[in-house]
Amino acid sequence: MEDNIVLKMRNIHKIFPGVRALQGVDFTLRKGEIHALMGENGAGKSTLIKVLTGVYGKEEGEIFLDGNEGAVAIHSPQDAQKMGISTVYQEITLCPNLSVAENMFIGRTEGAIQNWKKMNTDTEKILQSLDIPAKPTQQLESCSIAVQQMIAIARAVDMECKVLILDEPTSSLDEQEVAKLFKLMRDLRSRGVGIIFVTHFLDQVYEVCDRITVMRDGKLVGEYPIKDLPRVQLVSKMLGKELDDLSDIKGDQQAFEKEAGAVPVFEAQGLVSDAGIKPFDFHIDKGEVNGFTGLLGSGRSECVRSIFGADRVLGGTVKMKGKNVKISKPLDAMKNGIAYLPEDRKMDGIVGDLSVRDNIILAQQVLKGFFKPFSKAEANKVADEYIKLLNIKTASKDTPIKSLSGGNQQKVILARWLFTHPEYLILDEPTRGIDVGTKVDIQKLVLKLASEGMSVTFISSELDEMLRTCSRLVVMRDRKVVGELTGQDLNQNKVMSTIAGGDK
Amino acid sequence: MAKTDKKAVPAGKSGLAGRLQNASDTNLLLTITIVVFFLMYIGAIVFQGSGFLKPQTFFNILNSQAALIVLACGMSLVMITGGIDISVGGITALVSMCCAVYLDYKGGNVFVSVLIALAIGLAFGVFQGFLVAYLDIQPFIVTLAGMFFARGMTTIVNTKPFNVENEAFTALKMTRVIVPGLGSVNRKGVYVNAYVEIGVLVAILVVIVMFCMLRWTKLGRSFYAVGGNMQSALMLGINVKRTKFISHVLCGLLAGIGGFVYFLHVGSGSASHATGAEMDAIASSIIGGTMLTGGVGNVVGTLFGVLSLSTIQNIVSSAGLDQAWWTGITRAVMLCLFLVIQSVVMSARKKRMAESKG
Amino acid sequence: MGKSETAKANNSNFLMKLVKNQCFIPLAALLLLAVINLLADPGFFKITLGYNAAGNPVLSGFLITILDSGSELAILAIGMTLVTAASGGQDISVGAAIAIAGSVILRVLCGTNSRPETLQAPIIVAFLVSCVVAMLFGAFNGVLVAYFKIQPMIATLILYTAGRSIAAWINNNELPVISEPKFTYFGEFIPGIPVPTPVFIALACMIIIGVVLKVTNLRLYTQAVGINQSSSRLNGLNPALIKVLAFVILGLCVAVVGLIKVSRISTINYSVIAKDIEMDAILAVALGGNALSGGKFNMAASIIGAYVIQFLTTTLYKFQVQSDALPAYKAVVVIVLVVVSAPTVREYFSSLTKKMKLSKEVA
Repeated sequence: MEDNIVLKMRNIHKIFPGVRALQGVDFTLRKGEIHALMGENGAGKSTLIKVLTGVYGKEEGEIFLDGNEGAVAIHSPQDAQKMGISTVYQEITLCPNLSVAENMFIGRTEGAIQNWKKMNTDTEKILQSLDIPAKPTQQLESCSIAVQQMIAIARAVDMECKVLILDEPTSSLDEQEVAKLFKLMRDLRSRGVGIIFVTHFLDQVYEVCDRITVMRDGKLVGEYPIKDLPRVQLVSKMLGKELDDLSDIKGDQQAFEKEAGAVPVFEAQGLVSDAGIKPFDFHIDKGEVNGFTGLLGSGRSECVRSIFGADRVLGGTVKMKGKNVKISKPLDAMKNGIAYLPEDRKMDGIVGDLSVRDNIILAQQVLKGFFKPFSKAEANKVADEYIKLLNIKTASKDTPIKSLSGGNQQKVILARWLFTHPEYLILDEPTRGIDVGTKVDIQKLVLKLASEGMSVTFISSELDEMLRTCSRLVVMRDRKVVGELTGQDLNQNKVMSTIAGGDK
Repeated sequence: MAKTDKKAVPAGKSGLAGRLQNASDTNLLLTITIVVFFLMYIGAIVFQGSGFLKPQTFFNILNSQAALIVLACGMSLVMITGGIDISVGGITALVSMCCAVYLDYKGGNVFVSVLIALAIGLAFGVFQGFLVAYLDIQPFIVTLAGMFFARGMTTIVNTKPFNVENEAFTALKMTRVIVPGLGSVNRKGVYVNAYVEIGVLVAILVVIVMFCMLRWTKLGRSFYAVGGNMQSALMLGINVKRTKFISHVLCGLLAGIGGFVYFLHVGSGSASHATGAEMDAIASSIIGGTMLTGGVGNVVGTLFGVLSLSTIQNIVSSAGLDQAWWTGITRAVMLCLFLVIQSVVMSARKKRMAESKG
Repeated sequence: MGKSETAKANNSNFLMKLVKNQCFIPLAALLLLAVINLLADPGFFKITLGYNAAGNPVLSGFLITILDSGSELAILAIGMTLVTAASGGQDISVGAAIAIAGSVILRVLCGTNSRPETLQAPIIVAFLVSCVVAMLFGAFNGVLVAYFKIQPMIATLILYTAGRSIAAWINNNELPVISEPKFTYFGEFIPGIPVPTPVFIALACMIIIGVVLKVTNLRLYTQAVGINQSSSRLNGLNPALIKVLAFVILGLCVAVVGLIKVSRISTINYSVIAKDIEMDAILAVALGGNALSGGKFNMAASIIGAYVIQFLTTTLYKFQVQSDALPAYKAVVVIVLVVVSAPTVREYFSSLTKKMKLSKEVA
């Protein structure tokens, strides 16, 4: 083994019920390098990191530290910490109610008595050496998120870690804060710390990283020095399509006939919500399938959430079929014939303990009203119908939805919204984390619905899915709309270069 | 140090908040409590005359509330870690009944009765702590059962309430500790020194010890960490289960001590003793600035919470509104006020977080 | 052979279904109590017809006592189940709220005189006024919980503290006494009907909630809000409103119980009326196997749970246990139940049985 290898993971396998999350992944980290771990959602990045930090166990594979021959066993985050593997998560895992100094030292010092004076002076030193603008006695919560993030890093550094994992630390930081963070990362690199950097921002990868490992669908795509992998190629590797492979999709395109002079089904101008997106314009015609594309965190979900009134709408005008309407909460949108399948199935989609039947009828039931419940017979009939229509695999319609597989849960949510017979259906990542067969089913269904006159907005991390189904793509970067592609422009090269911001 | 953390302390708060370290939410709430208490007391002196000017009036409040101070301290510990314990009132009743039976019927000695009190409190604490921390059962239900059990056992130990006539105990009960330098002239024109009972000394000692424990030990800080964010605490390497367990054990132990202090004050055993004391303890903790959501709080605040609650009771009764219902209503209004303040502080905090994010 | 096996499987399926049904544990507890009583003294089940002081026929016996005294708890269990399901917390102010409701009834009936010869208002008016008042207090609790996001237990602590004082204040701290015999009909007997009226009132409440759950979406909405608030919102529900609604319904239950309570004694004792009933109501919900953290609920199981508590209480009375000592026995029952149903304990046992099966297979 090379001398300067600090961490080596070999042939890691991890299986969740129904999903092979990691399949034989290798990963190598050298001393004093910043190593980007890239991949779209569901690629297995976070699973790999959780295996490394002992949050998950692994089915197969070995982990070596410091170039040693013997594999180490990591069973808990504490184990990982003791072995010099520190992690800073996207969500800050510090205690907001304690002081900066306490957060630096709690849980890792000996003795029963808290020596405030020593702790504060030690913290002061660390903060100064890393140039973090915080006072040791300050309550953590009064620091900005960036500073909190840096304090978490400082804690990790002070524990003399050999491996530092930064899991999307920049997603809530502004440019200046990111610059500070990068300075700190470079500083650590020069001290010989190996850093694993997970991010969705391509610019940042090219600014600070030395090496990139790309993952897709739980498998390793490859490891590349940064200079050998131009950004468009990186995107193509993440999305799993070669650059030149662009001719075979066109045939699948669904044509739709636009009536002359017809007004769009939905039209928004200057729509903006409190979720931090820039105001955007958008419209969709009858029978059209369009999509929002962009990397994760680019604001594509926030856009459709604001259309549905799921986030607080701050401004903009909305028209349904040419008429001005006001959508301030989901029910308004539902009454106007809009349906929305949310991105986070578990948090926003399913009602876990309720049966498949209740989950299917829920939205239509709310529309129908409090005093008009479906009879049991009606509900059963509807449930049977949609279970059959969408081929939902469930033991019975009384089974709690949480015990279904991800793909079938998604189909139930889809059934819920189809049952409301919407004019405009928004699907936010309907194919995430579900098996290939179901993915194809859902795409076919989208096209079928559109040919019947429904308007559909479709969001997916997988570009080929989007290209196959959408006739128009709204491209987003950094929380604003940066382009709109139709017709001839709907090809991978063009989309990827628009996403990547090729001008840079 | 006080000057360095000005940013952390909300503007407009003077030296008091700045002096007490840096956790601004804790300090803000603590400051509000203390200021409200003093305003209330000064108001009472100004508007209701000399009764409140007598030091003994204040010390009588302490004398009657010593037990509640101890109980509320325990409650605050549990609440800081994000839990709740509603068995403390029941434990108080059980302790006073057991000690009464032991001292009166058996003619036992006072020292052993103290041990009995501690053992009962500890037993409840350990059992409840185990169920809450290691079996992951909701603290409310566990301690509700604890309360039921303690109240029921009190009757089983002895049905009828009775006074203790144990000489050593009576001597201890009647012991009055003179407060040097404070006193007033009574109706006969004789200068009388202000005094406190033994229980008050115990209560003050408990407050000091708990304050130091929370402030200067790793254990105390881990209480705050667990209450602030349990998941983070786990990630930071704190044994969350053990911390929760210890908080319940300490609360039980303090309920035992509080029970004895109560017993020492009333000198009798009865199943109806300390009825609703758990709710008074919770209310005092809240008024003292302990957040129900955990992670914020201070036993000094709790002390002032207890004093505020009983001062308002005194004010109401000396204002001629001696109907019992005025007390209940004013206390509830006070509680409501503090809850809303906390709710506002919480949402302001969230806003601040969102702003620094955006 | 194949046939007998499927029959066996069906059999065990049926048994599994029975055991898995939420009503199983409270029903089993009820049965267990009945068997204990049968073994100890079959006389427990004897019901006799006698005549009361007014010369009306009345039934008496322990079973009648259970049905009669269990009424209040059963009615409260209905509201408490909804509050628990929607808010994931419990209302500890119901005892105090009952005092208020009872006090309002007496105040309206008596007017300014605390010992009126004749009623100053029809009973129905008094009851309706108390319904409105109790529902307003329910809404107050609900708003604190839903809009100020205060934990239910703490939010209701306010009314718990003030409730009995407010009740006393309503009647200027006097204890009005009603001499009108008609007023006792609600808590005692209606002449000519030998079954205590509270039994009918409780039955009526059960039927009403049954119908309401049938003809409205109350069940679906409360469960959805209790299970996943964010998802309910995205399906067009207003979670805060539904939580308030649950507290208001509990307020209605409180008003009904208040009527029964004051009618039983024709007067009121502010500090004693419905004392600790909140704890029993919460216990009934828990005994019914409903998660105290909210979500799915089974109304029938909660109501059976209420009667289990009353059965236990009456049984203990019969065994000469003092009323003040009752809580100790209740506590033991509660602890056994929560420990048995704790997820950690269940996981431990299921892993234990798995291991045993595994070792059997190996052998």
